[in-house]
Amino acid sequence: MISPSHFTAVVLFALFVSTVFGITMRETPRRMIRYGLYCFAMFCGSAIVLSWVMYLIAR
Amino acid sequence: MATTPNRNSAAGQAASQSGFVYLPLIAGWLVPGAGHFLLRKWYRGALLAAAIIGMFALGLAMQGKLYASAHDVLDLLGLAGDLGNGLLYVLSRAAGLGAESVQVTVGDWGTRFIVVAGMLNVIAAVDAHNLRTGRKPS
Repeated sequence: MISPSHFTAVVLFALFVSTVFGITMRETPRRMIRYGLYCFAMFCGSAIVLSWVMYLIAR
Repeated sequence: MATTPNRNSAAGQAASQSGFVYLPLIAGWLVPGAGHFLLRKWYRGALLAAAIIGMFALGLAMQGKLYASAHDVLDLLGLAGDLGNGLLYVLSRAAGLGAESVQVTVGDWGTRFIVVAGMLNVIAAVDAHNLRTGRKPS
């Protein structure tokens, strides 16, 4: 059994989902890569922002 | 069948319509990436297979739950997501992999990984079908 940290799980999730989204949602390799990177950044970025929001709400 | 007939030519259109058009869809659902392999999209198929199988395997490694029955609506949705994994789900159930119930925190994440892997596999299979029918150009 593996026990990744919450952030590691988020990064792995974003990596896999962005790969599939990039390949399936765009038509040319260049646009696939750009869209995959965009999705990855949005997944990770939104997780970090929401984490800080929840942290500040809980204080 | 296994060429890339999407050049807007009459011959390409005719070739894209010949044969069993649902084969990439079904193959892609049963085995992640197989639909793209049938269409000779080797790199895309390999990346899709690595992403989906990797996500499914990580879900199992995190003691994720494989839904076997549906007692409420949420279980039903989880089961539908799991079934999207095709043969991965069937083989894992046959091998007794996956937790019966979520015992640890990472097990909950693992359960989500498995369900999302199934949904991503359905998206990939539909993409292979769209390539096969010419709805997606290349």
